[in-house]
Amino acid sequence: MGVIYILIIVSILIAIFFFIAFVSSVKNGQYDDLHTPSIRMLFEDELKEKK
Amino acid sequence: MQETNCYHCGDLCEEVITFSSHSFCCNGCKMVFEILHSNNLGNYYDLEKNPGTSQKNLSKRFDFLENEEIVSKLLEFDDEETQIVHLFIPNIHCSSCIWVLENLQKLHPLIIHSEVNFPQKKVRITYHAKGLDLKSIAVLLDKIGYAPYISSEDNKSKKKRSNKLLLQLVWAGFAFGNVMLMSFPEYFEVKEFWLESYKPFFRLIMVVFTIPVVFYSASDYFISAYKGLKNKILNIDVPISLGIIVLFGRSLFEIVTDSGQGYWDSLNGLVFFLLLGKYFQQRTYSFLSFDRDYNSYFPIGVTKILDDTEENIPIDKIAKGDILLIRNEEIIPVDGILSSEKASFDYSFVTGESRPLFKVKGDKIFAGGKQLSGTIEMEVTKDVSQSYLTQLWSKDTFQTKTDYLSFTDRISKYFTIVVLIIALVTGVYWYFTDASLIMDTVTSVLIVACPCALALSAPFALGNMLRLFGKDGFYLKDGDVIEKIADVDTVVFDKTGTLSYSSSNTISYEGEALELIDKRILKSTLRISNHPLSRGLYAYFDSVSTIDLETKNEVLGQGLVSVYNKQEIRLGNIRFVSNDQKAGLTNEETVVYYSVDGTIKGKFVFSSKYRQGLKELFDKLNEQGKEIHILSGDNANEEHKLRAILPENVFFSFNKKPDQKLNYIQNLQKQGKNVLMLGDGLNDAGALKQSNIGVAISENINVFSPACDGILSAEKFKKLAIYIGLSNKTKSIITISFIFSILYNIVGVCFAVIGKLSPVVSAILMPLSSITIVTLVTVLSYLIFHKR
Repeated sequence: MGVIYILIIVSILIAIFFFIAFVSSVKNGQYDDLHTPSIRMLFEDELKEKK
Repeated sequence: MQETNCYHCGDLCEEVITFSSHSFCCNGCKMVFEILHSNNLGNYYDLEKNPGTSQKNLSKRFDFLENEEIVSKLLEFDDEETQIVHLFIPNIHCSSCIWVLENLQKLHPLIIHSEVNFPQKKVRITYHAKGLDLKSIAVLLDKIGYAPYISSEDNKSKKKRSNKLLLQLVWAGFAFGNVMLMSFPEYFEVKEFWLESYKPFFRLIMVVFTIPVVFYSASDYFISAYKGLKNKILNIDVPISLGIIVLFGRSLFEIVTDSGQGYWDSLNGLVFFLLLGKYFQQRTYSFLSFDRDYNSYFPIGVTKILDDTEENIPIDKIAKGDILLIRNEEIIPVDGILSSEKASFDYSFVTGESRPLFKVKGDKIFAGGKQLSGTIEMEVTKDVSQSYLTQLWSKDTFQTKTDYLSFTDRISKYFTIVVLIIALVTGVYWYFTDASLIMDTVTSVLIVACPCALALSAPFALGNMLRLFGKDGFYLKDGDVIEKIADVDTVVFDKTGTLSYSSSNTISYEGEALELIDKRILKSTLRISNHPLSRGLYAYFDSVSTIDLETKNEVLGQGLVSVYNKQEIRLGNIRFVSNDQKAGLTNEETVVYYSVDGTIKGKFVFSSKYRQGLKELFDKLNEQGKEIHILSGDNANEEHKLRAILPENVFFSFNKKPDQKLNYIQNLQKQGKNVLMLGDGLNDAGALKQSNIGVAISENINVFSPACDGILSAEKFKKLAIYIGLSNKTKSIITISFIFSILYNIVGVCFAVIGKLSPVVSAILMPLSSITIVTLVTVLSYLIFHKR
């Protein structure tokens, strides 16, 4: 059962990694506007007829 | 009559303009359609029905953007090649708006990229600086109906303080989850070998996760408690900080002496829920500003005339002696003397007088008025900061808002004292019964008595109600305003623009009867004028069709003249209409005279049109037991009309200048009254600030409103009494949830006092109480809102 040391430490490290990723995305401004991207992704790409 | 709606903005078309098999209400709307369609942006109309806004009003001028100094203050980024600007576009209201604004590069090849922030109603545009300037962008945006609103206030950057709270919250949540997992094995108090050998490891992890929670996430509570104690105030953060410190201390002690597992999960959960409540309470309306003062009312730049050339200068560069050019509908930025022959001004927003003021060459004119008579010139006598009105609004008397203790803080005083007494009694009891249990029980009492649920009641109740109010058109600065509204006993209303519509009036005609042909002539004459009175009269002749006239002319500031069948028809003030230069210009009512060939045939009298639901609102306020006052900058000619519709015990005051309004409110407050004031213009700014609660009523919430605690959308005016009632009920909800949370505390204290508060019990009790309180409060606030 000694392996539990390694298991827990590794999973905590991974969790911390995700935490750091989250913090940097907040600092980068990704959470400033939560509403517009939800509408933006519904816009259709236009057919390039005239090209 | 067939009713057609404009394809662009959805308004009813008075005159239908057809183009490309669609109907439009005006040329402006039709033009936007043309621009969008010819640039392949027709999708704009596919995303939403009638997505545009009416283009009937005059387009704005952006000449002040020619000035480099002004532009450099507005740009976010500038490196000669590329420039980035972040503009506030009040008209953003739907997905079509987002779509067209993010496709700007199709309208102009030098625009590189644009991105919309919908909650803030802003767009960030990146463009090639060589070949495209900010003014052209503003003009382009205006052409498609999305004119930017540029004011000097917007230059101030709003720091991202809510980020810190978010990070504190996130770490607390992260720690909470992990620590809960780590503490699970010890809950079951099973004496197995493997458990015993790994216990130190689990405990170490819990401590490591918790330390940042206590020192970073919970730091604001300690700071606030310390500040409160320094000022001899026991706010809610004092028992909270006490609870956290005791929890942390006891848990550390237990681990170090190996006497127990500690209360790590309760501690983390506590901090997490508290921060969650705080985060929820921090909602703001990022596209509204409750702090705008006169600076954002004045224009940013103005046209100066120097040796026959026109130059745009920023408003703070205006010097005494400059000659300024003020165009139609522009605002006078400084005090000065009129150089042109004559002019008329509208000062209603600023001083409360609704009738336009007529001035002649050499008269003094004051800053703040809107110019109504075409293009005029003026000579500056004082710079911006010296103007009479600017001085009026920067008075420090506006600053006296007393410290307000929220409901939660008031309760916390008693709460802390009671808890300390219980802890003391417990300690004494166990000292005599079984001294070894003193530490145990006393710390347990302090732990469980932590008012987590208590502290959550107000934020969630107020935050929820704030959001629901906002959806309904009543925007408040923050949740605390709701608590303050519940205490109000006196309501003061401004008259012009608040009780009455600022833009429309009721018109009555006195004089010789008008034949159909007369009406048609009058209507056709009025068509050429953009003066508010002309527009009002034009709408008055709604059902009549127009006719061709031989000539028609507008003499700015005086009236209109036209010729039909060799007869001269005049509309306007009495001197203009009758060629009688000695006739007195009445300043009592707003009157437009009508004459044919110099003989007065009749007159149109404009009187204020009062908002729908006025009588019901006043009746309801009466029922609620509120004292009602009406303050007005106008004279008393409407008094009899108001007294007829309103209940008996309403107090009236007329001819009140802006500082007199402020004094009136102060007097009421000296009598011990709690005042809510409803106003609309800068003439109310001082009174609004002085009142316990100042609410600005606004026809268009995106346009400037004076500094206030809340903004009420004009169409929701009649609901004011309902909002006051709802605020009262919200306070009741908070009280109910306080009672529930105290019940939980009592249960917990019972466990604590007999020494049975194990970590498991505490870990169950705290989240349970928090979650049930939050659910209760949310459900109740929805219920009372929807039952209104």
